[in-house]
Amino acid sequence: MTQYLKLFLWFAVALLGAFAVSGIALNRGESINALWLITAAVCIYAIAYRFYAAWIAAKVLVLDETRATPAERLNNGRDFIPTNKWIVFGHHFAAIAGPGPLIGPTLAAQFGYLPGTLWILIGAVLGGAVQDMVTLFFSTRRNGRSLGQMARDEIGVVGGSAALVGTFLIMIILIAVLGLVVVNAMKHSPWATSTVAATIPIAMIIGLYMRNIRPGRVLEASVIGVVLLLLSVWLGGWIDHHQDLRPLFDHGGVPLAYAIILYGFAAAVLPVWLLLAPRDYLSTFMKLGTILLLAVAIVILRPEIHMPAVTQFVDGTGPIFGGKLFPFVFITIACGAISGFHALISSGTTPKLLSNERDIRMIGYGGMLLESFVAIMAMIAATVLDPGVFFAINSPAGVVGAEAADAIAKINSWGFAVTVEQMQQLAKDMGESTLFARTGGAPSLAVGMASIFGSAFGKDMLAIWYHFAIMFEAIFILTTLDAGTRVGRFMLQDLLGNFNKKLGETSYMPSVIFTSSLVVAGWGYFLYIGVIDPNGGVNILWPLFGIANQLLAAIALCVATGILVKSGKLKFAWVTGLPLTWLVIITTTAAYEKIFSTDVRVGFFAAADDMATKLAAGLLSPEKAAVAPQLIFNQHLDAYLTLFFVIVLWVVIIDMLRLCARYLAGRPVLRLSEVPHEPSRLVENWVRD
Amino acid sequence: MLKKIKHLWHILRQLSGDDAYDQYLKHHAEFHQSTVDAPAALTRKEFYKLWQDNKWKGISRCC
Repeated sequence: MTQYLKLFLWFAVALLGAFAVSGIALNRGESINALWLITAAVCIYAIAYRFYAAWIAAKVLVLDETRATPAERLNNGRDFIPTNKWIVFGHHFAAIAGPGPLIGPTLAAQFGYLPGTLWILIGAVLGGAVQDMVTLFFSTRRNGRSLGQMARDEIGVVGGSAALVGTFLIMIILIAVLGLVVVNAMKHSPWATSTVAATIPIAMIIGLYMRNIRPGRVLEASVIGVVLLLLSVWLGGWIDHHQDLRPLFDHGGVPLAYAIILYGFAAAVLPVWLLLAPRDYLSTFMKLGTILLLAVAIVILRPEIHMPAVTQFVDGTGPIFGGKLFPFVFITIACGAISGFHALISSGTTPKLLSNERDIRMIGYGGMLLESFVAIMAMIAATVLDPGVFFAINSPAGVVGAEAADAIAKINSWGFAVTVEQMQQLAKDMGESTLFARTGGAPSLAVGMASIFGSAFGKDMLAIWYHFAIMFEAIFILTTLDAGTRVGRFMLQDLLGNFNKKLGETSYMPSVIFTSSLVVAGWGYFLYIGVIDPNGGVNILWPLFGIANQLLAAIALCVATGILVKSGKLKFAWVTGLPLTWLVIITTTAAYEKIFSTDVRVGFFAAADDMATKLAAGLLSPEKAAVAPQLIFNQHLDAYLTLFFVIVLWVVIIDMLRLCARYLAGRPVLRLSEVPHEPSRLVENWVRD
Repeated sequence: MLKKIKHLWHILRQLSGDDAYDQYLKHHAEFHQSTVDAPAALTRKEFYKLWQDNKWKGISRCC
């Protein structure tokens, strides 16, 4: 009986999901309700988790719950600790969910709500969640080895080095683009700048508290910190209205970029307990709390989506970033659909905490589904805005013009209604001087979140909600920036240690300063160029980041496919091979277009040539002419960097295919590095009890 | 009810790492149960520093 009931229930979920998907896909009317997106997402996730993930767990990976996990075998009470699955899920989710799934969908909303939403759903279910789950599984079977080590052990030295180089470069680009997002959110906004600046001393106070006053009391300290953060949002409003204090925090992009660069260097050199660790506690609490609040607000409010399903910008003329729907929607939304970075988490801390292999499905697959859901909410927050307002906030001055009237005329000419007064009123409501050309996604997401929160919990606090949202985004962007710079430093020290032993010591101060400077200079350069670029910089850096992130995902899927084939599971290799093929197609196409396209808004070389011609002909304004040589150099650099990414990708793929071919031909290949089976005593005890 | 609240509190402490030191002490006691001159456990402060340094050596935050 219950069996039939279950069958009926799943059938109902499938039907509801199909209905919701066709509702959002076929609707061409005025607007649809955000609840349809939520319904479609939840139904698809439920079915994928119940059937596809369960099938992968049982048939492809063959999870073995009687097998001892590394946490059990190597338990040391510190990093290898058998942990309850919900706790591991919490840690894993907090680690994978960063600013990426919030920013990507916001930018991709220029194509309309439909393409991005479909890619987030399909990409996560067939790609991202599969990648996270199989990587977690393979790393668990290898004592929690990192992706780079697995690539070296299973595919070969070439694959291993490629994974390492890929990780390092993606980190540099990621930090630069995230820094740019924060700078754009703080530009000439004393309220945002003072609030974000206040997070630094607050983190330090908490750090000192946890180290000296009440060592290790994470919860008390975090509660104090969160209260201080909320106070700082309110205090920012006071500073914004204070005549003498206001100018102290009112800065243009370049000084703010230098401040972020200096801050990043300090964060990489200072001890972790002082800045990085306390900031991370605060950002994790903020992140989980705010995402939950947003979900509740969307369900209470059920906002209408105002963005069309598909806009005319699928033809590649979009103002936020140039390039056609294919392949750029797949590059723009990396996190939330499939993110290679997750493979680093799934092969890092998480496998060392698993108490049982059967938890892999929930943590690996389920964790990614939840992140995908965050991306759907970001998409909703972006598309509930009037499209005119959305484009006014997100279009760089270089595309629509620096004057408000010009920008409005241009946006109106695309068929999106918005007026100068409307934008002025909105900026006033949000406590900002202007909301034009606030590129990077953070301000528009904050406006979307503020209007959702405002409608659900009271309209008179819009400015507070807006700056709360900015603070919330900035605090964990800065955590990623700190942590990334530090990891980059360790990677570099590890590498240099091969040439000079002293340089490889992580506590040797000259080496710390030297390597930190190199890493900061790397991302600082891209950040600086992004800030001086009149087209906003995000349009260059975000696709570059997307390509790098998908490249890392492709490497992770290559490793997984190689292992599947070597384990004699050729007939299941499509599970990772399918998303891999898709990633190879989109990254290669996107890279090809970024390098060779003659459209100046897509191709790096085309843009460089165009600017060089204009510079030579004297067509540029004096300010633009002053930065043109730097921009031209940067476009060339970006083109070669993209080329390098594609070469790395193909090298790994060819290496993996060579390995598979050798295996299938019965010739010797690297042996599987799986740790032999050892029975779990945890399960035995559990059974005996 | 009280039991449920206690359980939630326990989960929250575990999630945030608030009880990491308690867990370590428990592990230390269990592991060295039969050791003759067992090494002294780290103090709360020492443990916290080591734990933080370890946590931030690798990639523990993503995009």
